[in-house]
Amino acid sequence: MTRAASETGQVLGWTRDEMAARVAQDIPDGSYVNLGIGIPELVARFVPEGRELIYHTENGLLGMGPSPAPGRGDPELINAGKRQVTAIPGASFFHQSDSFAMIRGGHLDLCVLGAMQVSQQGDLANWSTGADDDIPAVGGAMDLVAGVKRIFVVTQHCTRTGEPKLVERCTYPLTGLRVVDRVYTDLAVIDITPAGFRLVEPAPGVDLDLIRARTGAPVLPVAPIPPIALIAERSTDA
Amino acid sequence: MIDKRVASPAAAVADIHDGATVMIGGFGEAGSPIELIHALIDQEARDLTVISNNCGSGEVGLAALLKARRVAKMICSFPRTANSTVFPGLYRSGYTRLELVPQGTLAERIRAGGAGIPAFYTPTAVGTPLGEGKEHRRFGDREYLMEHGLTADFALIKARRADSHGNLVYNRTARNFGPLMAMAGRITIVQASDVVPPGDIDPEAVVTPGIFVDRVVHVPSPAHESELVAAGASYP
Repeated sequence: MTRAASETGQVLGWTRDEMAARVAQDIPDGSYVNLGIGIPELVARFVPEGRELIYHTENGLLGMGPSPAPGRGDPELINAGKRQVTAIPGASFFHQSDSFAMIRGGHLDLCVLGAMQVSQQGDLANWSTGADDDIPAVGGAMDLVAGVKRIFVVTQHCTRTGEPKLVERCTYPLTGLRVVDRVYTDLAVIDITPAGFRLVEPAPGVDLDLIRARTGAPVLPVAPIPPIALIAERSTDA
Repeated sequence: MIDKRVASPAAAVADIHDGATVMIGGFGEAGSPIELIHALIDQEARDLTVISNNCGSGEVGLAALLKARRVAKMICSFPRTANSTVFPGLYRSGYTRLELVPQGTLAERIRAGGAGIPAFYTPTAVGTPLGEGKEHRRFGDREYLMEHGLTADFALIKARRADSHGNLVYNRTARNFGPLMAMAGRITIVQASDVVPPGDIDPEAVVTPGIFVDRVVHVPSPAHESELVAAGASYP
């Protein structure tokens, strides 16, 4: 994956690994988390020392561990991307209705997903181009965005052809309305606020003008005081 | 005396009729009852409506049933998978129709159908193309849409262990849709790697109670779809 380039061809912004690492910084200890396919999956590699996260995979496992050693996998122990995984000590298996009760019932703390487009009001499009010859496939994406407490999107700031993915209104079919809380791109961390996109943190060497030039809707500058307390420690009153 | 054991996959699926609605368990290859599906292909029932999360891969199992042109309609959440080469052609030609359902809604529709609930409201898909045309209703400050329960003439399920009363235990993430489809099938047919006498499964560990199961077939070493696909197998 190439980095964004400036007008002069200079490489800018975060790599995929750096984007995933930036997301991982913002996930509180003790969170129950569902990670989508692609860059979101990388987040698990960058969880800071001393934090324990429990991973949910919607096909029926809470306590998902890493890939098995070669030859040690079970074709019936897989993740939502249908790749073989392991179960950590303390894991549980359950059927689909229980799995989506965890999702839709608001029991999961966070979901990290990829995107085709995110609108300034937090609408997400990530399941279909809407093209006539497209085979539509949705999986659990609509349930996840409708039910999980917080939704982070991690994506390149622009498409391969340079079109903004952060837009006023999505043109692709929606996955959910007003569902995204925060977007992590190669150029910046951006919150969805009632006033629209607001810059939280630019990538090193990236300024607000560049972010605005590559975003399809207005971007507010970094707030003097962050609008949401983002790294609150998870309450331990349970 | 209750004994739900049936001698073979062929005997278990013999009465599946043309035009039947058939639920088929599995998420990807995990939990896919390949031997029952192959027996259904041999049995030649056609014009089926199949309810299953995916559309199979390669040319074995569910993909082979589709390739044999036995399926008029698929109700599923994710028909597009790696090695899923059969369904796209059938869909584009219009031979097999598709009802696309979000995965959690699909699960809950099956659960509701099996539990005697005709319909329910969910926030999933509100504001999206999959919510269009559905009855909407506001509860509190949020919009929901109505979905109908699903039942089927037959459900085909894979379990790790069954007793002759039909009590079931599954293998890891192969559980997925099995317990729900067992409830929603008018006739539920199970293939199990182990079949044991009543009492050999701890009642505390039973996942699907036997009341939801009608037939149990012993398939001691079920094939794995990914291994068949890697070997270039096709069925029949």
